[in-house]
Amino acid sequence: MSVLVALLAIIPLVFVIVYTIAIGPQEAWHLLVRPRIGELLGNTVRLVVGCVLLTAVIGTACAWVVERSDLPGRRLWHVLLAAPLAVPAFVNSFGWVSLTARVEGFSGALLIVTLSYFPLVYLPVAATLRGLDPALEETAYALGHGHWRTFGRVILPQLRPGLLGGGLLVGLHLLAEFGALQMLRFPTFTTAIYDQYRSSFNGPAANMIASVLVLCCLVLLLGELRLRGHQRYSRIGGGAPRRSPRRRLGRLTVPTLLAMLALVVLAVGVPIGSLVHWLLVGTSTAFPIADLLSATATSLSLGVAAAVMTTVLALPVAWLAVRHRGPVSTLLERSTYFPNALPGIVVALALVTVSIRFVRPIYQTTALLLLAYGIMFLPRAMVSVRAALAQAPPLLDDVAHSLGTGTVSTMGRVTVPLIAPGLGAGAALVFLAVVTELTATLLLAPIGTSTLATEFWANSYSVAYGAAAPYGALMVLISMPATYLLSREARRSVPA
Amino acid sequence: MTSLSIRGVTKRFTATPVLAGVDLEVPAKSITAILGPSGCGKTTLLRIIAGFTDPDTGTVLFGDRPVFGAGASVPAQQRRVGYVPQEGALFPHLDVAANVTFGLPRAERRDSGRVAELLSLVGLHEDLRRRFPHELSGGQQQRVALARALAPRPAVVLLDEPFSSLDAGLREGTGRAVTQALRTAGATAVLVTHDQGEALSLSDQVAVMRQGRLVQVAAPADVYGAPVDVGVATFVGGAVLLPARVDGDLAFCALGALPVSPGDAHGDAQILVRPEQLHLHSDSQSGGVPTRVVDVSYYGHDAAVRVDLLPSGPQVVARIIGAEVPALGSVVWVTTRGSAAVYDAATTPTVLVSEGPELS
Repeated sequence: MSVLVALLAIIPLVFVIVYTIAIGPQEAWHLLVRPRIGELLGNTVRLVVGCVLLTAVIGTACAWVVERSDLPGRRLWHVLLAAPLAVPAFVNSFGWVSLTARVEGFSGALLIVTLSYFPLVYLPVAATLRGLDPALEETAYALGHGHWRTFGRVILPQLRPGLLGGGLLVGLHLLAEFGALQMLRFPTFTTAIYDQYRSSFNGPAANMIASVLVLCCLVLLLGELRLRGHQRYSRIGGGAPRRSPRRRLGRLTVPTLLAMLALVVLAVGVPIGSLVHWLLVGTSTAFPIADLLSATATSLSLGVAAAVMTTVLALPVAWLAVRHRGPVSTLLERSTYFPNALPGIVVALALVTVSIRFVRPIYQTTALLLLAYGIMFLPRAMVSVRAALAQAPPLLDDVAHSLGTGTVSTMGRVTVPLIAPGLGAGAALVFLAVVTELTATLLLAPIGTSTLATEFWANSYSVAYGAAAPYGALMVLISMPATYLLSREARRSVPA
Repeated sequence: MTSLSIRGVTKRFTATPVLAGVDLEVPAKSITAILGPSGCGKTTLLRIIAGFTDPDTGTVLFGDRPVFGAGASVPAQQRRVGYVPQEGALFPHLDVAANVTFGLPRAERRDSGRVAELLSLVGLHEDLRRRFPHELSGGQQQRVALARALAPRPAVVLLDEPFSSLDAGLREGTGRAVTQALRTAGATAVLVTHDQGEALSLSDQVAVMRQGRLVQVAAPADVYGAPVDVGVATFVGGAVLLPARVDGDLAFCALGALPVSPGDAHGDAQILVRPEQLHLHSDSQSGGVPTRVVDVSYYGHDAAVRVDLLPSGPQVVARIIGAEVPALGSVVWVTTRGSAAVYDAATTPTVLVSEGPELS
């Protein structure tokens, strides 16, 4: 079972490699060395570097303010800072583009993707800050370090795993981002692949660019591994960890509040405000109830089906990795993480090609779409399911057995109650991702199947902003509960 | 409650032998401590008794019921063992009452009188019943874990280093409460520990384990007073080890002529006395051996005083009550009370002085 899951997960990667080898060096050279590719590469690199740096600064600053200062209303800010996750990047860029065309191009794209993705850095860094042992900082103060030097030499190195992990996520998301950048008319590899595929069904060219994209992802992954190194960041020794004291902001309170407010307004207020604006005053606003309902139903059912399927697929692999550690189980587990580095468009392209070539009957079916979701979002489910299984150590099984409880009964009374919240969180993550997924859905959805995301896209791309608005609003509404759960999970996941 | 018999139990993990033939009898309603340094195999032995791990060979009997033998193994859930792991391992999703009654049949789980009874057995107040594990102190968690283990009236109770995660202050009180509860319940118990004080103070029988073997199984006073070899002697307490010549019932050594039990070997040997057998006197009237004080570790209730025998003799350590500490550098006279234990002469003459228990 686990082997099967792992094999599914590496289909796209194998496809890209096999394709690149099959096309031959000459043809590959011909397709790659073009001014167009250079331009795309420049755009992509610029955007990734800029956005990763900006999100790192903004995410860390927000995390520090929320976790370490006496800012009023910190709980509310925590939720608000996670809120951009409920607004898909392409809805965010819709919000801006429909207000002003000046956000098209590099600086606009940088602004919008930064606003959309900074929570990916904020959440892990905030969680790390909460879990840090204050004794480390106190030691630094005792050794004569000031606040800034302590932050730089003691706190920042501890935040490194969170920062790097978050930065990696931002980078991978950017490489995969299609909707937002397409709408802002800022071409990158992903938008170029889509255009190639759609305009001319130019398979070889699209696939070749996909290979380059995958290469970029691998560079990011390796870079993160390299930077993270082998240092250990755990607390040493026993005893109950204390909470760090909060720093008084004093006269800086009002400017800080204003800055945070501005950030939230730009990141959440603008897209939501413009959705509301178009809902109320748009000339093309229409409420085709039947269409809205059917798209909502499709999105919801796809989301639920994919969430259940992906969590179920993740269970055996995670179980092996947690309970039966060994080279084989580690390899299986790692292979399910590959899709994390593969943009949705590559997964979709791979599945289109593979299904047309080998399993024609499932091409253009919901099953294939679900399979794509499963492959793409398996890593998210894996992380949660793994963490959940770690909550139920085998020692508790031993204790239950010694109290006369059999294997099945132990599952029911100990294991399942302990891992259920984690499984739920994993499923919620997948659900959230599926409801707002655009790229793979555009490529793989059977003809006639329309989701909230594809309807929103079709309308807003043809500048029918009013007609797009209801779909976007529904998407945000559906995503909200899951996002709230996520922000709570991030607070709880650190041992109290 | 039943007795526990372990016969010829061996276990190896891949190439490493962990248990090399262990025999142990634990009488019914008694507490046996398995004492050994970390890595000696004591936890493996405990897991074999519990049924979490099967031995390679040997038999394990609860009373006269074999739970492992001739290749047949009774699964853990049918052995009726009470298991108290390190750090308690309470079920984090259940409150105290639900944890305590986990092993009871469904009908009995609702019985609030039973919960109260079990909690009072381990010295906890009934008000804790609705608390969750993370709301309890370490000592309380450990006691709840014991109540949970005792609830189904197990044949044997197994405790795996139950106090090692507790603060020194909590350890003694929790240890006393746990043994009291075990005795009240009339339980047959096996306690695994690497702490000499814990083993000696809490058990009826101490089994000293070294490299997968039990090297001495005896009452606490015998293990401390008549250890089978120098290794056990230094492991269970402070030791002064000196080369000596044994003649009849006297041993002649740097501390003078000390009585030994008759029947011990004659000729060159090493003798062992405990630091608390040495007494320091401020004048030569006592007839002791003159020494100079080189180091004092003061603990309040008592003190360890290191002295060099004059003029150039070996260093020995004396444990004396705190009120009588001599000044550093002063000359004091040492006398020895009680008898010395005799061991074969070491191949190289050694003088070993240890102030207290040391690991391995």
